[in-house]
Amino acid sequence: MIAFDLNGKRVTAGSDPDTPLLWTIRDEFGLTGTKYGCGIAACGACTVHLDGDAVRSCSVPVSAAHGRKVVTIEGLSKDRSHPVQKAWIAYQVPQCGYCQSGMIMAAAALLAQIPRPSDSDIDSAITNICRCGTYKRIREAIHDAAKR
Amino acid sequence: MIRIKRSSAAALCALVVMLLGSVIEHEARGQADGADRAAQSRQAFLDVSAVLKHPRCLNCHTSVDYPRQGDDQHRHLFNVRRGPDDRGAPALRCQTCHQAGNQQASGVPGAPGWRLAPLRMAWDGLSAGELCRALLDPAGGGMTPQKLVEHLRTERLVAWAWEPGRNPRGDLRQQPPVSHEQLLALARNWAELGAACPE
Repeated sequence: MIAFDLNGKRVTAGSDPDTPLLWTIRDEFGLTGTKYGCGIAACGACTVHLDGDAVRSCSVPVSAAHGRKVVTIEGLSKDRSHPVQKAWIAYQVPQCGYCQSGMIMAAAALLAQIPRPSDSDIDSAITNICRCGTYKRIREAIHDAAKR
Repeated sequence: MIRIKRSSAAALCALVVMLLGSVIEHEARGQADGADRAAQSRQAFLDVSAVLKHPRCLNCHTSVDYPRQGDDQHRHLFNVRRGPDDRGAPALRCQTCHQAGNQQASGVPGAPGWRLAPLRMAWDGLSAGELCRALLDPAGGGMTPQKLVEHLRTERLVAWAWEPGRNPRGDLRQQPPVSHEQLLALARNWAELGAACPE
């Protein structure tokens, strides 16, 4: 039995231990804010936090979450009040929006480790892919969130 | 009496000559054996280096700020960086994608402690001899022959090279040219024969 903290709630997953965390989050617990993009840990659409670190949940077996804390886009804040969420709205970052929950989770993890990141820090940490090409607004919004 | 003394001296001389000859021959044989052992040791390291220079090892024993990927050793996609502790950049750690085992669903490889080797252990571009000397250099690899054998035997990232799984396309990743057991036998042989380095 795999038990972990999901957005502040203790949950027990019945999935096969090898199941990607992404599918347990989406299918077993109904939290569909985390998206499936490429399935090979390349695009970052499935990014969640595991004990505060950004991970690509399509490539994390649910067994790796046992006894740990998982935070998804639904758990980042209760009322969209996280500085990254506020900045994302202020800068109207999303276009189609599909990749944005992963972007926001990656950006939040970056700011937790580097409160005032440089452009180089952002380039190194935010390697998520956005097919709409919102990268310029993403960079601006991360700098804005750092000031909030 | 004089005859006896003369014959004794002659016998003694002959004995000394025989003994000297034997000693010289023994020493020469010893030197030949020593040279032979060193040559065998060097050959053993050449065989070891064929593993150490395989993409499964070299991709993370890089001399640059990033890891490499694949049998063609291309730069790791998505601007993945070495980071301050050889475990990736903040918020894009190796463990962002690489877990404790290979992921069948995504094709992402994994093993406990997935990380780059430190820069002082960079191997790319080195000849077999340079690699050997770098390993034993206290300021470089800092290995003794025994430590190297132990590292090759116990490090789980080393063992991963023989269980590398499939890539995202579903193709099996190449394994090193000899088995893990053969590598250990070669490394032990190299060490026992004097840990000689190729030129």
